[in-house]
Amino acid sequence: MIQIIQNLGKSTRTSFTKLGRATYFLFQTISGTFGILLRPRLLLNQLYSVGVLSFLIITISGLFVGMVLGLQGYYTLSDFGAEETLGVMVAASLVRELGPVVSALLFAGRAGSALTAEIGLMKATEQLSGMEMMAVDPIKRIITPRFLAGLISMPLLAGLFSAVGIVGGQIIGSGLLGVDQGVYWSQMQASIDFHDDIINGVIKSIVFGFVASWIALFEGYDAIPTSEGVSRATTRTVVNSAFSILGLDFILTALMFGDN
Amino acid sequence: MDNSVSSQDSIVSVRNLSFSRGNKKIFDDISLDFQRGKITAIMGPSGTGKTTLLKLIGGQLFPENGSITVDGEDVHKLRRTELYELRKRLGMLFQSGALLTDMNVFDNVAFPLREHTHLPESMIRSLVLMKLQAVGLRGARTLMPNELSGGMARRVALARAIALDPMMILYDEPFTGQDPISMGVLVHLIKSLNNILGLTSIIVSHDVHDTSAIADYIYVLSGGKIVGQGTPQEIQQSDSEWVQQFMTGAADGPVHFHYPAKDYVDDLMSTGKRY
Amino acid sequence: MQHTSTQDTLVGLFVASGIVGLLFLAMQVSNLSSFIDEDSYTITARFENSGALKVKSQVSAAGVKIGQVVGINLDPKTYESVVQMSIYSKFNTLPDDTTASIFTAGLLGEQYVNLEPGGSDIYLQKGGKIEITQSAIILEKALGQFLFKSAEEKK
Repeated sequence: MIQIIQNLGKSTRTSFTKLGRATYFLFQTISGTFGILLRPRLLLNQLYSVGVLSFLIITISGLFVGMVLGLQGYYTLSDFGAEETLGVMVAASLVRELGPVVSALLFAGRAGSALTAEIGLMKATEQLSGMEMMAVDPIKRIITPRFLAGLISMPLLAGLFSAVGIVGGQIIGSGLLGVDQGVYWSQMQASIDFHDDIINGVIKSIVFGFVASWIALFEGYDAIPTSEGVSRATTRTVVNSAFSILGLDFILTALMFGDN
Repeated sequence: MDNSVSSQDSIVSVRNLSFSRGNKKIFDDISLDFQRGKITAIMGPSGTGKTTLLKLIGGQLFPENGSITVDGEDVHKLRRTELYELRKRLGMLFQSGALLTDMNVFDNVAFPLREHTHLPESMIRSLVLMKLQAVGLRGARTLMPNELSGGMARRVALARAIALDPMMILYDEPFTGQDPISMGVLVHLIKSLNNILGLTSIIVSHDVHDTSAIADYIYVLSGGKIVGQGTPQEIQQSDSEWVQQFMTGAADGPVHFHYPAKDYVDDLMSTGKRY
Repeated sequence: MQHTSTQDTLVGLFVASGIVGLLFLAMQVSNLSSFIDEDSYTITARFENSGALKVKSQVSAAGVKIGQVVGINLDPKTYESVVQMSIYSKFNTLPDDTTASIFTAGLLGEQYVNLEPGGSDIYLQKGGKIEITQSAIILEKALGQFLFKSAEEKK
């Protein structure tokens, strides 16, 4: 019994010190922002590996999610004779929830795990130490551009995901199942609000991009510098990112859409 | 403390240094001096914290007690920017080379120049080619680090370490895992760079033969203490049993072959326990 | 770093397509375009009961969308619902004896304001008032009346 309480105390202590390290790490990362803006080349390279390389998985997943929504939505709505609101249903679920959340989860799996592995390996092969000894701050030189790239890429990827998904829903809804194309769009436009839906969705995706990049980079930077440590850190990145994204999504949804 | 080394002309002086990791004492109140312009070697078996000593000198780790002075500045009392200024005058060669894996050889050597200077690209090119020529790898400039052999990677790392013309280079196990030829190349390089560029070198190694061939002065560490010091000849003729075992590589001696355990016969006879 | 220029191109394409995606959401999916594109003027109508009408509900004439509701308030003296509607400027020929009714789109659909133009030669101006209104049909009320009537007829 005492053993259990001891373990609880110990894990509380370690998770608090880890949170402290992560916060300090975040401050250091953000403090490097100005330096990176003076060297946009570093940011551009990271936008490539974080953003461009996630492009394909995001758009293809978006298309399929939209098509599935179109199918399922049509079958459910046609029971009530409300097929014409298919556009609203597809767009609302994508823009408010699925776009930001699913693309953030995919981002954590594709780009986040790659970032953790990359930083962890750089640590394991003494590249970060080596940089420090060359009087180059590895956080400002390596971490900050990757963090900014994640922050910029995430809303773009989420926007792409939703847009492709809505088109996918339209392909199924009006191409295959016979919802009028005009009705699909006009009902959607009448119901989806720019501020309440689109802007809130973008805010969500920025928050998710922030958290997913932070977790991925910190887990890599904090990894035990062995191959086993790096592989564990990569797993932790995906798990912790998923938890944080879904938890934050609930909180943000309650804050944003609660008073309607 | 041996007075054969006066602290006036020493570039690095370590005073009463203590450092532990967990419960294990890595250094216990040791003092060392490294003379300017000389090659000083720190030797000792694996796990005696030789690399840790280099990291302490470079200011990456903080000691529990004692001080380390590099070129007149107390490393651990410097502010961050001052420490970074000091590090620009130090070169460090890591055991693995620590080359940046996403850049080719040329860009790796150019890295410190691009980070710390605003030289035009044409001048950076000339400088990089000069440094690569010095280590004999000018022709390998377009290779990526994963295409290099271990010895070549270390030579590239050496070219990178001398890119900013440092006053001192710290070598972390430069000879480990090298074939005889690349070992010979590295020994030659370290010696000639030290003489031609007027560098100070600190070599951490457990390779007795090659290190004594180039070192001017040797410290032998064990169990957190200095167990022997002197010129290579003095060390060879040391009357310390421990130093003799280390230099000749005898299997048993003051450092026992067996990890501490209870009596062998008792252990075999005690049944019923899993371990 | 040999492929710097292709990398730049791909990054450029990625950022551009992301922005296009967001613009698509803003312009094609949401109602933002209806704010930006059209000049509009505001008129008000008083209803005895505005039912489930909401801000941003559609205002239409003969089934064509000509504007939207921008405000619903209760008049503290008359206890009427004052509905402000923003009408696109291109529909500036609504006569001042136009009738405003609150209809429901389908059985379960949203409520909207329907304007039925009258025959007057004077057009409604900015800030104009619609005098003739017909309140929302409240389903419970209508059902209640129907049941009450049929009960009376049976007597």
